[in-house]
Amino acid sequence: MAKFKLNVNGSDVEVEASPDMPLLWVLRDKLKLTGTKYGCGIAQCGACTVHVDGVALRSCVLPVSAVSGAVTTIEGLAGDGGLHPLQSAWMEHDVPQCGYCQSGQIMSAAALLASKPRPTDEDIDQAMAGNYCRCGTYIRIRAAIHSAASFYNADAGTMQGGASE
Amino acid sequence: MSNRKINRRAFLKASALAGGGLMLELSLPRFASAEELGTLVGSKELNAYIQIASDGQITIYSATPEMGQGIKTTLPMVIAEEMGARWEDVKVLNAPIDAKKFGLQGAGGSTSVPRLFDTMRQMGASARFMLIGAAAETMEVDRGRLEARDSKVVDADTGQSLTFGQLAAAAVRQPVPEPEMLSYKDPKSYTIIGKAISGVDNLVIATGRSEFGIDIDVPGMKYASYTRCPRHGGRAVSFNEAEIKRLPGVTDAFIVDPDPRSGKASMAFLSGLAALQGGVAIVGDDTWSVFDAKSKLKVKWDESGASTDDWQEMVEEGKRIARAGGGDVKKDADIDAAFTDKQNKVHEAFYQFPYVAHVCMEPMNCTVDFRPGKNGAPDTLEVWVPSQFPGQVREVAANLLGVDPANVTVHGTRMGGGFGRRAVHDFAAEAMSISKRAGMPVKLTWTRPDDIHNDFFRVGGFENLRGAITPEGKLAALDQHYIGFSKAGKPVIGSGIAGNEFTMTAMSNARVRQSMMDIVTPCGAWRAPGSNTNAFVEQSFLHELAELAGRDHVEFLLELMGERRWVVDGNVNVINTGRAIDVIKLAAQKAGWGKRMPKGSGQGLAFYFCHAAHIAEIAEVSVDADKKFRVNRITVAVDVGPIINLSGAINQVQGAVIDGLSTMAGQQITMSGGVIQQDNFDDYKVMRIAAAPEIDVHFIQSDYAPTGLGEPALPPLAPAVTNAIYAATGQRIRSMPLSGEGYVLT
Repeated sequence: MAKFKLNVNGSDVEVEASPDMPLLWVLRDKLKLTGTKYGCGIAQCGACTVHVDGVALRSCVLPVSAVSGAVTTIEGLAGDGGLHPLQSAWMEHDVPQCGYCQSGQIMSAAALLASKPRPTDEDIDQAMAGNYCRCGTYIRIRAAIHSAASFYNADAGTMQGGASE
Repeated sequence: MSNRKINRRAFLKASALAGGGLMLELSLPRFASAEELGTLVGSKELNAYIQIASDGQITIYSATPEMGQGIKTTLPMVIAEEMGARWEDVKVLNAPIDAKKFGLQGAGGSTSVPRLFDTMRQMGASARFMLIGAAAETMEVDRGRLEARDSKVVDADTGQSLTFGQLAAAAVRQPVPEPEMLSYKDPKSYTIIGKAISGVDNLVIATGRSEFGIDIDVPGMKYASYTRCPRHGGRAVSFNEAEIKRLPGVTDAFIVDPDPRSGKASMAFLSGLAALQGGVAIVGDDTWSVFDAKSKLKVKWDESGASTDDWQEMVEEGKRIARAGGGDVKKDADIDAAFTDKQNKVHEAFYQFPYVAHVCMEPMNCTVDFRPGKNGAPDTLEVWVPSQFPGQVREVAANLLGVDPANVTVHGTRMGGGFGRRAVHDFAAEAMSISKRAGMPVKLTWTRPDDIHNDFFRVGGFENLRGAITPEGKLAALDQHYIGFSKAGKPVIGSGIAGNEFTMTAMSNARVRQSMMDIVTPCGAWRAPGSNTNAFVEQSFLHELAELAGRDHVEFLLELMGERRWVVDGNVNVINTGRAIDVIKLAAQKAGWGKRMPKGSGQGLAFYFCHAAHIAEIAEVSVDADKKFRVNRITVAVDVGPIINLSGAINQVQGAVIDGLSTMAGQQITMSGGVIQQDNFDDYKVMRIAAAPEIDVHFIQSDYAPTGLGEPALPPLAPAVTNAIYAATGQRIRSMPLSGEGYVLT
C-alpha cells in the first residue's frame, strides 16, 4: 500500500492503494465515483473511459501509480453545474437503453470533440471504436455527437448553450 | 378498436401471455382504498402507482424492472395519458419490490406492455375519476361538465379550472372507483401515448449518477469475488488459503459448497437454475483486491459429475441424428407423397447454430446484508440486485438460508442489460452465502470471465430440412427435423420447435420432427428464446425453396401466408397472416425490393412472428472477394399494434437489429471437455460502431392490442442478412456465426 495524490474533477485527493490498482477501482471503490464502469478489465469495451489531461484512456488498465495528470470522470465532465453539450445531446436523442456503457461513450466523444469540433463519420468511427454498446445504440450515439458538435465551441472548449453556429 | 379483445375481468385479474417460452403468472393488486395505502410525506397517494403533491408534482411509480427496454418510461406514459397529466409534471420513481401492491414485478418475454397496458390505463383513469370527483365537489358542479387535461380539471362550460396539485388533498378522500365506473380516452385525443419521449433516467445516466447494482455502496460493506470450477458442477476441495489471505486488501477467503436448495423455484422455468455452485469466495477491502487475489488462486477441484460437454462432439452427434431421423411432433397427410412424386423438385439442407452468451455490459453482481437474529429474533436479509425478477431472490433466500421471505428486503436496481440472463439468480445465492459466512454486508462482483463462463447460454442446435416444390413452383411439403439439447430429457429453454411456429399452426403440408441430446451446460432465456435461431433456419430455408422454385422471394412468402386470417382467432401468440402480409409488403415497398443492385451487393428478406409481433426485415449487403461484408441498410416493418413511446420503440428495433448482427457476425461459445473456451471481449467480440448499418423502422400502427418490442425485431435479422449475402454472391450460409464461414463484418 502507498499513498497517491491525484487531481480528480478539479479537486486534489489523496488515496491509499496498491501501486498496481487500476485507476478504475480507485475511482469507484475509494472515491465512490461510480459513473465510471467496469466492463472487461482488459481495455476492450471502453465502459471505464476517463480523461487524463484531456486524453481518453481506459482506466481499467491504468495503474494508479502511472496516473500523471488531471483526471476527469463523467461526474466532472461538465464542470460546475450545467451539462456538457454531449450530455444534452444524449438526452435530446434519447440515446441510452440500459445506459451502462454511456459514461464511457460520452467521455470518448468528449475527447473527440475537443480535438475535432466538426468530426466526420469516419472520425467518429475511429474515436468511438473502443467503446462497446451491447444494446446497440450506435446510430443514436453518432447522431448525438454530430448534434453536440453543432453547438460546441472548440476554441473555448466549453459549450455555447443551445445556440447553433 | 375493433380488433382489441379485452376481457373486462382481465382488469382485475390478468393472466400472463405466453411469449417465447416464458410463462408468467400475475396477480394484480386489488383496489384498496386510498386511506389503506397510506399517505406519504408532503403528498397524497391516490393509488399504488400515482402520487400528487400539492405543488402539482406528479410522481408515478415504475414497478417493472428496467434493463434498457425503456419500460420505466413507457408504462408511466400510459398512466399519465389517462390521468390527463402533462408529461413535464411527471417524475418517475422506482416502486419498492412488493408483490402485495404491485403483483409480479418482472420483465421478460416482451410481455410487460401486453400484460400491463390496460392496468396502467385503469390506474390513470382511476386517478382522473378521483380528481374530477374532487373538482366537482369543490366547484359544486356536475362532474359530467368536467374534463382533465394538462394536469388540470377544467369546467368545459365556464373555463374555470383547478390544478391537480390544488385537488390532490381532496382527491385522496374520494372513493376509489370500481373498474365499471371508469371511462377511457379516445386514442385520437392522446397527447402522450404515441409521442417520442426521452427516457426518464437519461439525465442521471448521461451525468454518471445512475445507480446500477454494481454501484451499490452499503455502510460497513466488504467486496467479494467468487471462483467456480471451470467445469460446471465441480466443487472446491482445497485452495492456497494461507497465501490468499496474506494478500493485501484481502480480509477473508473460504470454500463454499454447492447447494441445490437455492435452485427450487415456484416459477417452473427457473427450476434448478439458481442452485448454488461450489467455489472459493474471497472477501476484501475493494473490488480490485479480490479480483487480483482471484487470479492467484490455486484450487483443487472435485470434478466427479462435472460437465464434460464438448461442442465438436455435439456437432458430430447432431449430424448423425440428422441422418438417423427423429420422432414426429406433427405430420400432415400427403407429406410422403409430395417427396416421392417424381414431378416435384426436392431439396435438403442441414443448418447449425452455436451456443452464445448474454454478455450484459454490467457483469452479474449482488449486494447482500445478512443479519443473524439475536435473542430469538428471526434472521433478516437485505438484498440489492439488478434482476429481471427481483422478487425471486426472496425465494432463493428462503430455500437456501431458511430466512422467512417476509424478513427479506429487496431493492431492485437498474440493470446494465438483461437479455434474459438476469431472470436467474445464481449469483444472488453466492452473495447470500458469502455475506452469511463473512458476517457482514458484502458486494459480490463477477469478473467478465466469470460472467461468460457462468452464463446460462443461448442453446445451440441443428436442423435438417427437406422441401418439395411442385412443377408450378409451389411449396408441396416442408419437413423440418430439429436437433436440440435437453437436461434429464427435458428440452432446455429455447431448444425445440415451439407450438406456435409457422409450420405448426399455419401449414397443412408440414412434418415437424424433434430430437434431443442431454447436456450439463446451463442454458437459459436469451433475447427471443427459440425464435432467435428458428427464424434463421426457417426463413433461410424458405428462401432456398423460393430460389429452387424460381420464384421471387416476396411473392413466394406472400403465397405461403395464403388467405388473410388469424390462425387461432383471438390468440395473440398465433400468427395473423393478414398482419404478416402487411409487414412483408411494407418492408418490400420501403426497401425498394427488386431494385437494381451493384455487383457484389444484394437484398435479402425475412419475416418472423414471435412475441405477438409481426416483423419483416430487408437487408442490403455488399460482399467483396475476400468475404469482407458490410450491411448497408436494414429496412424493418413492424406490427406490434399501437406504439406507446415512438422513440423507445425505434430504439428497441434498432438495438435488436444491431444485437442480431453482432451475434451472427462472430459470437460463439464452445466447450471442450466441459470447459468454456471463451473468456473475455478479446475472444468474444461485440460489434463496434463502424459496422452499424442504417436502420429504417416503419410501424404499422394497427388497432390490435399493443404488445412488447424488446425481443421480436431480433429473429428476422440473421436470415435477412444471409439471404442478402446469397443474393450478392450465390453463397448459401447454413451455419452461424459468419466468422466460422470466413466472413468478416466491416
